[in-house]
Amino acid sequence: MMDWLPVPDNFRGCLRLAVEASADRLEKLAALAQHRLGYLEMIQLDRALGPACTESPRGFSSVRLALLSSATVDHLVPSIRIAGLRRRLLVDVHVGPYGQYRQQLLEAESPLHHLRPQVVLLSLSAREAIAAVPLTATAAEADSAINRAIDELRTLWRKARETFHATVIQQTFLNIAEPLFGSFDRLVAGVPAQLIAHLNERLSQAADEDSVLLLDIARTSERDGLDAWFDVTRWLQAKMEIAPQAAPVYGELLTRVIAAKYGLSKKCLVLDLDNTLWGGVIGDDGPQGIVLGEGTGTGEAHLALQHYAKQLKERGVILAVCSKNDPLVAEAVFRDHPEMFLKRADIAAFVANWEDKAANLRRIAEQLNIGIESLVFVDDNPAERARIRQSLPMVAVPEMPDDAAQYVRCLADAGYFESVAFTADDSKRGQQYAANTSREAFLESSQSMDDFLRGLEMSLTFGPFQKVDLARVAQLIGKTNQFNLTTRRHSLEEVTRFVATDRCLTLQFRLVDRFGDNGLVSAMILLPDPRSADVLEIDTWVMSCRVFGRQLELEAMNVAVKTAREMGVRAFRADYIPTSKNAVVSDLYSTLGFERAREAMNGNGASRWFLHLPDYVPHSTHIAQMVGAV
Amino acid sequence: MTNQDVLNTLTRILRDLLSDDSIVLTMETRRDEVANWDSFAYVNFIVAVESEFGVKFRVAEVESYENVGAIVRRISAMLITR
Repeated sequence: MMDWLPVPDNFRGCLRLAVEASADRLEKLAALAQHRLGYLEMIQLDRALGPACTESPRGFSSVRLALLSSATVDHLVPSIRIAGLRRRLLVDVHVGPYGQYRQQLLEAESPLHHLRPQVVLLSLSAREAIAAVPLTATAAEADSAINRAIDELRTLWRKARETFHATVIQQTFLNIAEPLFGSFDRLVAGVPAQLIAHLNERLSQAADEDSVLLLDIARTSERDGLDAWFDVTRWLQAKMEIAPQAAPVYGELLTRVIAAKYGLSKKCLVLDLDNTLWGGVIGDDGPQGIVLGEGTGTGEAHLALQHYAKQLKERGVILAVCSKNDPLVAEAVFRDHPEMFLKRADIAAFVANWEDKAANLRRIAEQLNIGIESLVFVDDNPAERARIRQSLPMVAVPEMPDDAAQYVRCLADAGYFESVAFTADDSKRGQQYAANTSREAFLESSQSMDDFLRGLEMSLTFGPFQKVDLARVAQLIGKTNQFNLTTRRHSLEEVTRFVATDRCLTLQFRLVDRFGDNGLVSAMILLPDPRSADVLEIDTWVMSCRVFGRQLELEAMNVAVKTAREMGVRAFRADYIPTSKNAVVSDLYSTLGFERAREAMNGNGASRWFLHLPDYVPHSTHIAQMVGAV
Repeated sequence: MTNQDVLNTLTRILRDLLSDDSIVLTMETRRDEVANWDSFAYVNFIVAVESEFGVKFRVAEVESYENVGAIVRRISAMLITR
């Protein structure tokens, strides 16, 4: 398990060095967390990490997690914290008392109220839910017992939301039941294994309806084998339903979901070419010599990787190529080789040259305008991998297996692109990034920036959030790190609530230009000030990095001011809360004509700004507002 | 692997687990004689030992080891019959 992480070289020595370091202790521990560690090593590293700080150090984010369970889960905590550290996410874990998950949520005096969890995880055993169902139960009886169990869960989910405004994660049920009849089990509704399978099915439906996130350990345990996840001795000895040996994987799976929710998942898959996308070396072997496609196992293995990459692209992952090759020779394979499944148009950034790959990865991130920490670099060459790990530690570099047959599995197991939503915009993202490459070519041929922007023929549609927008808006709020003024991660339910709030102004923006539709790329939430009726506060403003530098922020403010004036609003109040990633908007409000308030903000470097609407002079831009926009 | 080798490995595991390099286990050491070796740390210790030696203790055993020597002897026995 966790084969994509490299084995640590001298764990104990590195740990000692990290513990003794004073300045970059956390960095050293985070580097160690990037390795394949066992249960005991997780405990050691976790102890070195120490208790959670109240303020997250530079370059790290933090999250408060309540872990509520019907079994013993204390043994999972170190692995959760270290898997978080692997993503530069410091997880403050509160474990509820054994078995008291209901009381923790339902009682007004429970310790949870002090923790104020941002994420509530319910880690439950199926035993309780199915205990009362007799073997002789009819399908209808089994159904109603399962519905009761699910209804109870929904009550707990609702409570966690209402009380803490927390993101709720529900673990799927490990199917620990032994066969009873044998293969016939599947035909008997009251058989425990069937009940648990049924329970998981219903759970998924309910989670979907209630926008609860799943932690699908049932699926992973099927893949790894139940023995890797459930150890009956540990259950009998300590009521651990999840085997300690599975703790490192558990922590990894859980923090993936949390990281996805917080916009920390990877965004771009960067692929090497020779011996990765195809077998052999194109420069030496030529188009006839490389191994690719149907007919040989090796050729099909490389083709399978191409198919998987294409599927990732369809779900919104950006594809890039980084290869030591002659660019013309490399591109010719994409154009001319009959067995190539990936086409040149699938690749949003294509870099083939003889330069250092670290520099090339920087170039790719720049070209796509995404953070370099959003890249995953896949290369069969251990020397290239080591070079990138050393010079760009923020780039994910899976330890690729020797056998090309295992490439897809390795990449899939690594789960870099974990996601908590799938919207219509995701499937178009590849096209949109490819269109950006055309825009860049157009920019290079333009005489001036002004010329470029005019030539883009941009038009803007906008309006309050409609029902169809909500998932995309929540996703944008969850994932945007750069153009994000306050980095408040509102969930889908919170966004929905804002829309229904009296005098709350929500605005979504879609930008179209001659190269294509960029989709819903910006969202703003302005909340009424309880103290003065004619003031709105810009609670949230996010914009996709795809449309930076197009004057959209100016036009969006024009729209916001105009709409607010029509509501009788006289002023905007707005905060800028700096993070390690949003420096790009540090001067935004000043640029837009806001005045900085003198009042000091508490500690976090935030600044407060005001805009007196009657004084606002609309910015002139090259973006046309579409007639008929809502 | 001699009993002493096994004992040395157990000492190393417990030191790592409790971050305490002053721990020295003997065949006679009992759990309550080692600071912080509580029941949760004991489960963790058993997990780490099983993983280190590639062995599996029986449920009845893990609940009733009288002292470290009993664990050492059981591991040695499992290693021989493996």
